[in-house]
Amino acid sequence: MLFALSAVFLMAMAAPWLGRLPSRMAGWVLSLVPLALTFFFLGKLGAVADGRTLTESWPWVPGLGVDLSFYLDGLSLMFTLLITGVGTLIFIYAGRYFHEAPAGRFFLWLSVFTGAMLGLVLAGNLITLFVFWELTSISSYFLIATDHKKESARKAALQALLVTGLGGQAFLAGSLLLGMAGGSLEIADLLTRGEAVRSHGLYLPALLLILAGAFTKSAQVPFHFWLPSAMEAPTPVSAFLHSVTMVKAGVYLLARLSPVLGGTEAWTVTVAAIGCVTMVAGAVMALFQSDMKRLLAYSTVNALGTMVFLLGIGTETAVKAAIVYVLVHSLYKGALFLVAGVVDHETGSRNVTSPRRLFRKMPIIASSAVLAGLSMAGLPPFFGYIGKELIYEGALKAPFAGFLLPTAAVTANLFLFATAALLVLRPFFGGTGETPPFHISPPEFFLGPAILGLSSLAVGIFPGLVDSTLIAGATKSVLAREIPVHLALWHGINTAFLLGILTFGAGVLLYAFRDSLERCLQGATRFAALGPARWYEWSLAVLNGTAVRQTRLLQHGRLNLYVLILFMTIAGLGLYTFFRGEGGWVLPNLLDARISEATVAGLILASAFLSIASPSRLAAVVAMGGVGYGVALIYVQFGAPDVAMTQFAVETVTVILFVLVIHRLPSYVRLSSRTSRMRDGIIALGTGGLMTLLVLAVLETGNESRLSGFFAEQAYPEGHGRNIVNVILVDFRALDTMGEITVLSLAGLGVYGLLKIRKRKEG
Amino acid sequence: MNVLLAIVTGGLFGAGVFMLLRRNPFRLIVGLALLANAINLLIFTAAGLTRARPPLIPTGAEIPPENMADPLPQALILTAIVISFGLLAFTIVLFSRTFETLKVNDFAEMKERDE
Repeated sequence: MLFALSAVFLMAMAAPWLGRLPSRMAGWVLSLVPLALTFFFLGKLGAVADGRTLTESWPWVPGLGVDLSFYLDGLSLMFTLLITGVGTLIFIYAGRYFHEAPAGRFFLWLSVFTGAMLGLVLAGNLITLFVFWELTSISSYFLIATDHKKESARKAALQALLVTGLGGQAFLAGSLLLGMAGGSLEIADLLTRGEAVRSHGLYLPALLLILAGAFTKSAQVPFHFWLPSAMEAPTPVSAFLHSVTMVKAGVYLLARLSPVLGGTEAWTVTVAAIGCVTMVAGAVMALFQSDMKRLLAYSTVNALGTMVFLLGIGTETAVKAAIVYVLVHSLYKGALFLVAGVVDHETGSRNVTSPRRLFRKMPIIASSAVLAGLSMAGLPPFFGYIGKELIYEGALKAPFAGFLLPTAAVTANLFLFATAALLVLRPFFGGTGETPPFHISPPEFFLGPAILGLSSLAVGIFPGLVDSTLIAGATKSVLAREIPVHLALWHGINTAFLLGILTFGAGVLLYAFRDSLERCLQGATRFAALGPARWYEWSLAVLNGTAVRQTRLLQHGRLNLYVLILFMTIAGLGLYTFFRGEGGWVLPNLLDARISEATVAGLILASAFLSIASPSRLAAVVAMGGVGYGVALIYVQFGAPDVAMTQFAVETVTVILFVLVIHRLPSYVRLSSRTSRMRDGIIALGTGGLMTLLVLAVLETGNESRLSGFFAEQAYPEGHGRNIVNVILVDFRALDTMGEITVLSLAGLGVYGLLKIRKRKEG
Repeated sequence: MNVLLAIVTGGLFGAGVFMLLRRNPFRLIVGLALLANAINLLIFTAAGLTRARPPLIPTGAEIPPENMADPLPQALILTAIVISFGLLAFTIVLFSRTFETLKVNDFAEMKERDE
């Protein structure tokens, strides 16, 4: 499996070069990789259908329990085949779609996405899964913004990235909690520990965080708004990422973890309720769209809601229905998106409400649309009919909420029925206007819709093609037990069948009255403007505004205030730490000072005061020199003659330097107000007091430097010097001294440079 | 003496910080010089004081005498003195150039000129 995945990423690397070929050719060449992978994974079908799971693992970060492991069971296999199968058609189609412009970069990201999506469904470790999960978000970002010169495309891309990205963070946090609760990040391990996880204290937070990740990715209400916006993407992307694969990642995650997290009350209530709302809302909003792609996007929201809803119910029938619906939806929605792309590409308009007679212009495309549309409407003998019957059965057999769930399911489906009718009838058969010229679309364009549309029909008539292999395998993964799966069109006259007839009748009526209904609902659009899309914009604006204000507040460019905040923090935190700890240390004896020493100390303090208080610059400089000399005298008295000598020299040079430039410096005006001097004085006192306490505390603890002893003993035998300080500087710490010299020469160069500029300007 | 020097250190720190907070560049430089001395004194005092026993090995001996001053802080301070001198020299020239160019001797005003 690692090999298969590497093949896709290698393809991504090759894509920019292949993109230099005419796009059509590049599409055909690149489609060979997913095609080969389709056959590769079809080869695994037998083994997986026998109930085996294939795993592979490479150590990645063993210390954290993160392995690059893969896990292939019925559920992964079904998604894998969807990705590679539909992917093949998409690459062929995209080659034609972009025939005018070079598409190297587009193919690069499409290939990266394919690899990431495969990795996501094959991942056997939560962290591995997360990495691929994020990679799909990132490639989706670049693919939505393929037309990056358009502002709306960039905005939509960012919106999708932020919403799914935030969900991704929640998912990561949830995975880590789940890993703590289950004791492992390996999915294979977690699947056997469901009981322990569900009774663990971290179960609820882990569940909610993981659900947040799944719901954002799969566009559940109230996070659904990014999906219609994402229709800015080129149609091949919408078909592949935003209907067949990426948006189903959330559904996949729910299905994957349902043996671990599912079955509890929290799961059922949250997942089924959110799914139910999304299902109904998506279907209703879809009917009132006029743009073909947005209509499809909302009906995708409906489909995702349906899957989530069924997984939330979690009974055998419901899970079976969810799995079937993944397949149903992928087949018809993939086809319809590709059809929409061709219509847009060849007529320049995606409007569904105005009647056009496109059937004559593109008969093959129109026929595919009819096939897919019938499946979407849930009419026999299409696969969609089987899917719809199962949804009704799942809702009817739900152990809670009574008639509410079937009602919701029927409502959603009758809207879906009307939407399908709108989508297929008006653009292709509507109106009586003039007939456009007959024209056969290029094979790249009709291949995808035709294959997917025919599959909807074929699988509907012969459900045996998939039921005991794909569907049974995937259902077993979700339920963690085997159940017999036999799909059929005809189940006899039962409640689900009657509900189907009801849907058909009401759907026809709804379609007939759609336009007048739309006029009635125009007032409601004002409410729609207050929906989650607005919340998103609002929170983004607030975030940006806060960032700007905070930056203005903290990065004001006033040196004094920076320094002020710095020292306030040091003094505040330092003193707090001091007084919070056990105080009451004995004050050492003040009187052990000799008179000479005390005099020097007094001299230093007096000079320091003079240097800050003096109104004259010269006096301040002299007083500052006084401080330096005083400190040097301390060094002399306490056994540091070398230091004292250096200090005397440096202090003298400093004062000379000051005096040299003093006439160039501004006169000494008092600038700050009395209050600000008071404030600064308090901070200065605080910092000074803190330092005094610090020295005392250090002396209190006492310290034995082992390093000093070593230097002192080795100075003569190793360093051949009698002055230990000198030996340390030029021998033991010679590298430091070299650094010091470098700093000094750099400072010298800087000074020279600054003086030089002035000379040149003057001259 | 420890206590006295601790107080001196604290006093120098206070004076240095106060000057760093001034709006006049000249005072800021004086503040830097005071702060440099304060820090050196902090290291010196905190390492423990020994009166009048410099860390020298007498002629003829191989091993230093007992109870001499600690050589390590002295070495550290020597480095620090030189570095802070470099810093100070550079700052003085920098500010005198700034004043010549901007004709402003107030940090608050300097910021406005910058914009």
